[in-house]
Formats: sequence, structure tokens, C-alpha cells
Amino acid sequence: MSQLATDREIDRSKMAVSDEVAIQINKMNKWYGAFHVLRDIDMTVQRGERIVIAGPSGSGKSTLIRCINRLEEHQKGDIIVDGIELTSDLKNIDKIRREVGMCFQHFNLFPHLSILENCTLAPMWVRKTPKKEAEEIAMHFLEKVKIPEQADKYPGQLSGGQQQRVAIARSLCMKPRIMLFDEPTSALDPEMIKEVLDTMVELAEEGMTMLCVTHEMGFAKQVANRVIFMDAGQIVEQNEPEEFFNNPKSERTKLFLSQILGH
Amino acid sequence: MSDTHAQTVAYVRDTMLPEQAPPSTAAGPIKWMRDNLFSSVLNTVLTLLSVYFLWLVLSLVLPWVWYGSWTATSLKECREVVADLGLAHGAACWSVIGERYLQLIYGFYPAELYWRANLAFVLMIVALAPVLYPNLPRKILWFSALYPFIAFWLLWGGTLWTPVVAVAGFVLGYFAFEALYRLAGSLVGVIAAILVPVIWWLLLAGPVANGLASVLPLTIETVESAKFGGFMLSIIIGVTGIALSLPLGILLALGRQSDLMIVKAICVGFIEFIRGVPLITLLFVASTLLNYFLPPGTTFDIILRVIIMVTLFASAYMAEVVRGGLAALPTGQYEAADALGLDYWKATRLITMPQALKISIPGIVSTFIGLFKDTTLVSIIGLLDPIGLTNTIRADSNWNGIVWELYGFIALMFFIFCFGMSRYSMYLERKLKTGH
Ligand SMILES: Nc1ncnc2c1ncn2[C@@H]1O[C@H](COP(=O)(O)OP(=O)(O)OP(=O)(O)O)[C@@H](O)[C@H]1O
Ligand SMILES: [Mg+2]
Repeated sequence: MSQLATDREIDRSKMAVSDEVAIQINKMNKWYGAFHVLRDIDMTVQRGERIVIAGPSGSGKSTLIRCINRLEEHQKGDIIVDGIELTSDLKNIDKIRREVGMCFQHFNLFPHLSILENCTLAPMWVRKTPKKEAEEIAMHFLEKVKIPEQADKYPGQLSGGQQQRVAIARSLCMKPRIMLFDEPTSALDPEMIKEVLDTMVELAEEGMTMLCVTHEMGFAKQVANRVIFMDAGQIVEQNEPEEFFNNPKSERTKLFLSQILGH
Repeated sequence: MSDTHAQTVAYVRDTMLPEQAPPSTAAGPIKWMRDNLFSSVLNTVLTLLSVYFLWLVLSLVLPWVWYGSWTATSLKECREVVADLGLAHGAACWSVIGERYLQLIYGFYPAELYWRANLAFVLMIVALAPVLYPNLPRKILWFSALYPFIAFWLLWGGTLWTPVVAVAGFVLGYFAFEALYRLAGSLVGVIAAILVPVIWWLLLAGPVANGLASVLPLTIETVESAKFGGFMLSIIIGVTGIALSLPLGILLALGRQSDLMIVKAICVGFIEFIRGVPLITLLFVASTLLNYFLPPGTTFDIILRVIIMVTLFASAYMAEVVRGGLAALPTGQYEAADALGLDYWKATRLITMPQALKISIPGIVSTFIGLFKDTTLVSIIGLLDPIGLTNTIRADSNWNGIVWELYGFIALMFFIFCFGMSRYSMYLERKLKTGH
């Protein structure tokens, strides 16, 4: 039935990129104490774009996408998400977090709540959706990630791949306009990676704006329309996947690609 | 179904063998004993030693308890009765309990009003039930919320208007919050929700209650605090302290983790101060010193003062227990809540606090048990809790010199309450387990 994410025909009809700007980052800098993690990041993400961020460990990929929903605070430069500028104004932060979904490496489901409650919590408490409607939305997205039958279980009773799909469904229940993924498959066994990637490919096919930190280069080739390569807190190179993989420009990128693809 | 299987797949068995009992070495009491008591030479020796020790203790204690006298009217008479039994270690004089048990339970509460204390106790169980067992209808929680006021009126008596105006303070606070929250934001709302009721209670509640009482008295006989005593007093102090120290402890734990410097400093200072002084000194402050600080002429009920001190004391420990639970949560939980757009209070209430409390159940219950047992310290400042009453009873010339029976009985009663709490916490932990 479902095929490997990498060898599946993709329906690109809905994947058009609009010229509306979803995320605008200008000359953004961030420090951890005295350590300069992100240096002069400039980046524009159009609505409907699917961006894969790659780079060696410690290069600041996680930090970059965590700045977008203010899990980390940047110190210099601007980040504008969905037309709203990220400042220390709590109202703006709340507004942005409502529009931006995020999936973590370790899923971070709420272990004391059932799968269904995990999915209905934010819509009910943040968006004030009535319980019944929230449950309908939750079931809709659980069906979409193909685990509606687990709705009454608890996260501790699910496999890693299932948990990550629930985490994706939980974010989608807030009907976000942008999705951030931070290495969603790197804590998973190989056979579970595919089921999560499949879910993400489907999401991409529906035209979701996605920023994805991942080492799954198959996924990048298949759905991304831009790959951003980071090293030492800087964007070193960005290009369409075709060009990026076949024709890398900087030495640093070549070395990284040979390590990650070569063996 | 199984027919088709039998035809199509020859190797699928469709008739099951009848079940057999396992051999007696693999199950039942003999296997259990072999596994748990005699699994090795060392274990066998330890088992035999323990059995011998148990026998030693029980052979002394059980006859003493069992052959005790329930009829003698004084210690002297009892000693004679018991001596006639010819037991090597004598026997107990239980008649002191038979004679004084009402006092040990109610203190000097007027006998004709015992029904009010009993009713308050029964209603307490009704009020606690929905808190302890979430399966019960949620509507009863309204009764639980009103119970403290009902119990206050039943126990102390006086006009019904006193508890009514007290409740009115909370209602006013709620409306003040609702009104100002929309107009001026949550901080102003919270301040108003605290100020309005306090002003009401301090300035207006008294006159209003008196005014209403003069129109329509609704009065039952008043009982002064000095008449309260026995287990009734322990339960009043213990249960109130328990019910108040948990929420206060939670707030202190949150305050200690807060980013707001002043709030944090106050919470840390409070916790460290309270944990650094013995409870008994706080009780002395409550019984004597506090009066110097209050405006002259104000009377401030001694039981209320003690409850406040006991609550503050327990809440400092509670705060540390809850903080431990909060610290044990992975940061991912906080991040996931943030990323979903939950604000601080919602994230705390729905995500982090339920998990932190679940982790801290054993510590919380230990603090509760400690608090309940610490109520016996009020005897030192002259309140007549069961320990305080033992002095009165032992001063009676009939029972002068009695020790074991009295303290044994009190210990047993405390044990029953504390053991109940401990069992409940184990039940709760099992119930809240959601992993594998
Ligand atoms: N809270 C923190 N305090 C101090 N330094 C931090 C903190 N979080 C991350 N760092 C440092 O910032 C740098 C970038 O971290 P980041 O997690 O963004 O890297 P990454 O590219 O996501 O790496 P990986 O592929 O290993 O996840 C690292 O050198 C890390 O040690
Ligand atoms: Mg990372």
C-alpha cells in the first residue's frame, strides 16, 4: 500500500509556492551567554515552501527553527512570522505560536493525557473550540496519520513512530499555517522512519509551509524546494535540491554531503 | 470459523486441551513458601529467626491486650483484678478508655451538642469523597467548596450569617476579578480579587452579619474554642491544615521557580525561614506573641491561629516536594506546551502541575501524615488534643499512673488515620499510572 517515501510519485499540483511571505528573517543573531550560535541569518520563506535545513551537529539548526516560535529568544535582527514581528510582546508570541506548529525529536507528547486528549487540549484551551468539535478535528487528523484506533491509549503505550505521528496530528489540530520539524525521525528505528516520513510527505503535498531540520536526504530530494546548509551558526549555502546535491558550491557542503551520502 | 480452519489448514489446532491445575510444587502455598521463605540456607535461617522474634513479641503483647480489664473503675482496682489472673506480665486496664473515650474524642464539647460534631464529621466524608474519587459526580464538588463554612457553623455555632458573609467575600472577589480582568488586564484583576474580599471581611462583614442577625437570627448555641478537644480537635487542625497547605505549597513552589525576582525572593525567604525553625516555636508565637502584634482588643481565635501556623509550616515542606516534582519533568514538556500556544497558567494547570503532583504523591502524603501527627504538639501550648487530655486523665486520682493503655489507644487511632492516607496514596499512584 504505502511505499517508501523516496520512491513514491508525488502530486505536485497543490504544491505551488505563492509569492506571499510566510517567514522573514533579517540579520538575526543569537548568543548563548558569550557563545555566538547564530550569525547574521537572512532568510525568506514563501507560503507553501518546503525547506530542509541540513548541517553538522552543533551548527545551530535547532536553535534557528526554535527562534521562529520563540522557544529561544534572539538578541539582534528581526523575525517576522505571518506578518507579525517577534518581540518580547507576549501577545505577539501567543499569536505566532497559534499559527506555527512544531514537532520535536523526542515527540514530547503529554504522558498523563490520552492520545485524543493530547490532540484536543490546545484547540480547546487556546482556540476555545467546543469539546465535541475539537474531538472531531482530532479524529480527523488521527485518521490522517493513520492511527485513529489508538485514540484512547496513552502515549506510553505507543511505539516511537506512532508517537511521532500523534505529535504531528496534535500540531495539525491547531490548524497551523506553518510547521516546524526538528529532526522528527532521528530518535526512531529505521522501520518507523518511513511511516513518519510518509505522513510528512502527505502534509507537503497539501501545500503546508514546512521548515524541516533532518538528515533524511531522500525526503529532501523528494519534497523540498530548497535545501539550506548551515555551519557554525551561518547559512553557508542554499539551493534547489537538484543543484544542492549534484552541484554543491562550497567546500564545506561538499565535505558534509560526502560524509552523509558517501560512506 | 474453526471448522473451516480444520479443513483448510491442517496444522491449526481447533480443539483445546482441557486445562490442568499446575503441579503443587509450581503453584499454591508450598511453592510460595519455597520461593519466598526458604529459597536458600540463609533465607531459611532468617525466616526462622523472624518467626521466633515475632512469637516472642506477640506472646507478651497479645495476652496483655486480650485479658485486660474493662470493668475496673480505678487503676488500683484494676491492678487487683489483673493480679488475680496470674499472668506473668500483667494485663491492660482498658476501662480507662471505656470511661473516657467520649472525652478523648470530643474534648469538653457539650455532650448534648455531640450530634453537631458528628454531623460535621459525616458531611466531611461526603465533601472529601469527590476530591478523593474523581469518578463520583463532579457536582458534589460544590458541596465540598461550601463544606468548610458549614462545618465552621456546625462546630462553633452562632449565627448562620457569619459563614454566609464569609462566603460572600469570595463571591465579591470573583466578581471584582471578572469585572476588572476585562477592563484592565489580569494583574489588576488579581489585585482586586484579593483586595475587595479582604476589605469586605475586615470592615464590612462583621457589621453586615450582625445587622442581618438582628433581623433574622438563625442562631444555634455557641461553643467556645476552649471546649474543643480530643480527636475532634486533631481532625479539625489536621484536615484544615492539609487542605490549605497543598494549594499554598503549590503557589510557593511556582513562586520559587518564577522569573519575577521579588516574588521569587519572597518565596525562597519564606520557605527557608519556616523550614529553619521548629514547629513548636511557631506554635508559641501563635499562642502568645501574636497577641502583642494585633491591635488591642481584637480577639483572634486560638484554634484559628494554630491552624494558620500549622498550615504555613506544612506548606513550606509541600513547596519543596512539589518543586522536586516540577524539576523532574523533562524540559520537552514545557516546550511542547509553549509551542502549542498555551500560556503560563494554562500550561501549569494542564500540563506541568498534574504531572509534577503525580510524581510527588509519595512526598505530599508524607507531608500530610507528618502534619497530622504534628497536631499533637498543640498540647504544649495548652490545647486539649488527645495528648493534652492524657494529663487531665492522669491527674484524676482514680487513674493516676496509667500510661500504656492511654497512649497505646491514642497511637492506634493516629495509626488508623495515617495508614488510611498511606493506602490511599498507593491507590492513587496505581490509578494514575499511564505508561506500560
Ligand atoms: N541552552 C543552551 N545553552 C548553551 N549552549 C547551547 C544551548 N543549546 C545549544 N547550545 C549550543 O549551541 C550550538 C547549536 O546548538 P543546536 O542545538 O542548535 O545545534 P544543531 O545544529 O541542532 O545540532 P544537532 O544536529 O546536534 O541537533 C551547539 O554548539 C550547542 O552546544
Ligand atoms: Mg538539533
